[in-house]
Amino acid sequence: MENSRRNFLKVAGVAALGVGVKPAVNVLSAAGGGETPAAKVAKHENALTAKKWAMVIDTRKFESEGDLDKIIEACHSIHNVPDFSEIDTPERVKRHEIKWIWKEEYKHAFPGNENEYLNDRLKYLPFLVLCNHCEDPPCVRACPTQATFKREEDGIVLMDFHRCIGCRFCMAACPYGSRSFNFRDPKPGIEKQNLDFPTRMKGVVEKCNFCAERLAVGKKPKCVEASNGAIAFGDLDDPNSEVRELLRENFTIRRKLSLGTGPVVYYIV
Amino acid sequence: MLEIALQGSKKYYGWIGALAAVILVGFAFYLYQFTFGLGVTGMSRDVSWGFYIAQFTFLVGVAAGGVMLVLPYYLHNYKAFGKITILGEFLAVSAISMCLMFIIADLGQPMRALNVILYPTPGSMLFWDMIVLNGYLLLNIVIGWKVLEAERSGSKPPSWIKPLIYLSIPWAFGIHTVTAYLYCGLPGRGFWLTAILAPRFLASAFASGPAFLILLTFILRKTTKFDPGKEAIQTLSKIITYALIANLFFFACEVFVALYSNIPEHIDHLKYLFFGLHGHGVLVPWMWTAMILMVLAAILLLNPAIRKNETMLAFTCLILFIGTWIDKGLGMISGGFVPSPLHHVNEYVPTIPELIITVGIYAAGFLVLTILYKIVIGVKKEVAA
Ligand code: SF4
Ligand code: SF4
Ligand code: SF4
Repeated sequence: MENSRRNFLKVAGVAALGVGVKPAVNVLSAAGGGETPAAKVAKHENALTAKKWAMVIDTRKFESEGDLDKIIEACHSIHNVPDFSEIDTPERVKRHEIKWIWKEEYKHAFPGNENEYLNDRLKYLPFLVLCNHCEDPPCVRACPTQATFKREEDGIVLMDFHRCIGCRFCMAACPYGSRSFNFRDPKPGIEKQNLDFPTRMKGVVEKCNFCAERLAVGKKPKCVEASNGAIAFGDLDDPNSEVRELLRENFTIRRKLSLGTGPVVYYIV
Repeated sequence: MLEIALQGSKKYYGWIGALAAVILVGFAFYLYQFTFGLGVTGMSRDVSWGFYIAQFTFLVGVAAGGVMLVLPYYLHNYKAFGKITILGEFLAVSAISMCLMFIIADLGQPMRALNVILYPTPGSMLFWDMIVLNGYLLLNIVIGWKVLEAERSGSKPPSWIKPLIYLSIPWAFGIHTVTAYLYCGLPGRGFWLTAILAPRFLASAFASGPAFLILLTFILRKTTKFDPGKEAIQTLSKIITYALIANLFFFACEVFVALYSNIPEHIDHLKYLFFGLHGHGVLVPWMWTAMILMVLAAILLLNPAIRKNETMLAFTCLILFIGTWIDKGLGMISGGFVPSPLHHVNEYVPTIPELIITVGIYAAGFLVLTILYKIVIGVKKEVAA
């Protein structure tokens, strides 16, 4: 059980590599897992694969904050991200907050680049921020148990909730504030649980997983789906991919490049 | 030798009982934290390490401070430290056991702590920290115990103990260096991202550890007639003086770099700590107190007359200890998290349960210390008789 989630991810990866269904299932049984959801995933032949997944967010295409809220809500609801605002004091709600994707003003999303005379649209338009799935992720370097790891085949930075000891070293290491900690049992804060995705237990860290569970069954990330074309997702390694096309055609920026982390979430402003 | 710890006066048992009571209360609150989760503390998404990790950091320093006795005694054959070196080693044992308890208290999933060993990850500084801390604990237990045993039986310690003692010297530097590396290698945390962090940790450790030891020997002399010897205390006070001044100097270097370069990522944390940022500044009075206490202690210590006056020396050691404690046990960790990497100012204040658990762990550390020191004093009395 301890390793089932990790195996699930590995299996998804093996399947993604096109090794085929059979070996993938073998890997699973060899590890003693044999959980049905994982097996189901392993059988999926139309899993989306890439050498290096990346995201391009076209901020010009958002018209109102409502557009962003819809996306956030979509991600958080399918990933069982809790909201404690109904059941706790505002001060504690803020402290215990968990978020995978959220809104930040330009000056917070890109600190150090703020500009007093910035054009009003950029100044007040919130930016969507999420885990950057860094090419050289400091969170992975810091983690003492490899509960946070980079999936080599497609570059996604993933987490094993069953291995995490909750030391929060990764949170100190992430320069983007992308990680949240379960300061309490999340279940009372989950309104409608998505049974296809694991809920977490108290005491572990979590963050955006680039929807690895959806990619494995041939679906693009939920935020991409909910963005009406404002967010593109594709293979950075493939010159013909949609993201490469967008990067060729537009001027894009990334967050805190000077730190050498190599974020793969790009913004068109 | 353990039996010595069992024979004591009423006062001794009263003290042990009091500590045990505090430990129990602390443990009850820990159970509360264990059931609810770390949400009972003041930590948050932005300030994800708080009081526990800060105490851990400070106490690693206290543990490393013991080497200031071991090094002169064993490397320079400085005889005056002969009587108290064991106190330094056992202080390290008590401090490291507190460190380990603080780490466990800080884990979200303490039952999985062994994952650090089951999935060893040499790229993670926390992995190395675990190794060096446990190694140092073991070294000091073995060395202290064997040397004391030999003293009791009037023989020489076994010959294999010497290499261990020599090993423990660089190891002491190692524990605090690796602890500093936990923080100073993190991109995007400007306050810690400085090469001076490890040297500064060591300097403050070599001031606070021996200062605490001086206070302890004074207490021992009052309660047990154990005499550390005037010369030993005087030499220690000189070591403290140098270390404290080095600490202040390193801090000044840090402040200069931050202020003169004027790079916001570095300067903002100092601003927050000493002046407050965007109207938030819970730590401002604390940080100024720390600075004033440390500078005052340095000025006092520089006076030979004050160093020689034991009342004044005790007072100076006390303010030095408080000053370095605030600096490291309060400001160093919160200061690195505020403002956050996205430049939000969310402050951290420990909660009551968090403080009670902390006090409980300190009580456990003092219990270890009391028992070990009781044995030391008992053996010394036996040998003298
Ligand atoms: S954004 Fe943070 S959490 Fe995500 S990969 Fe980079 S360092 Fe890790
Ligand atoms: S909190 Fe979990 S994921 Fe983060 S560093 Fe610790 S063990 Fe790794
Ligand atoms: S990629 Fe998936 S997990 Fe990440 S923010 Fe988008 S919807 Fe959420």
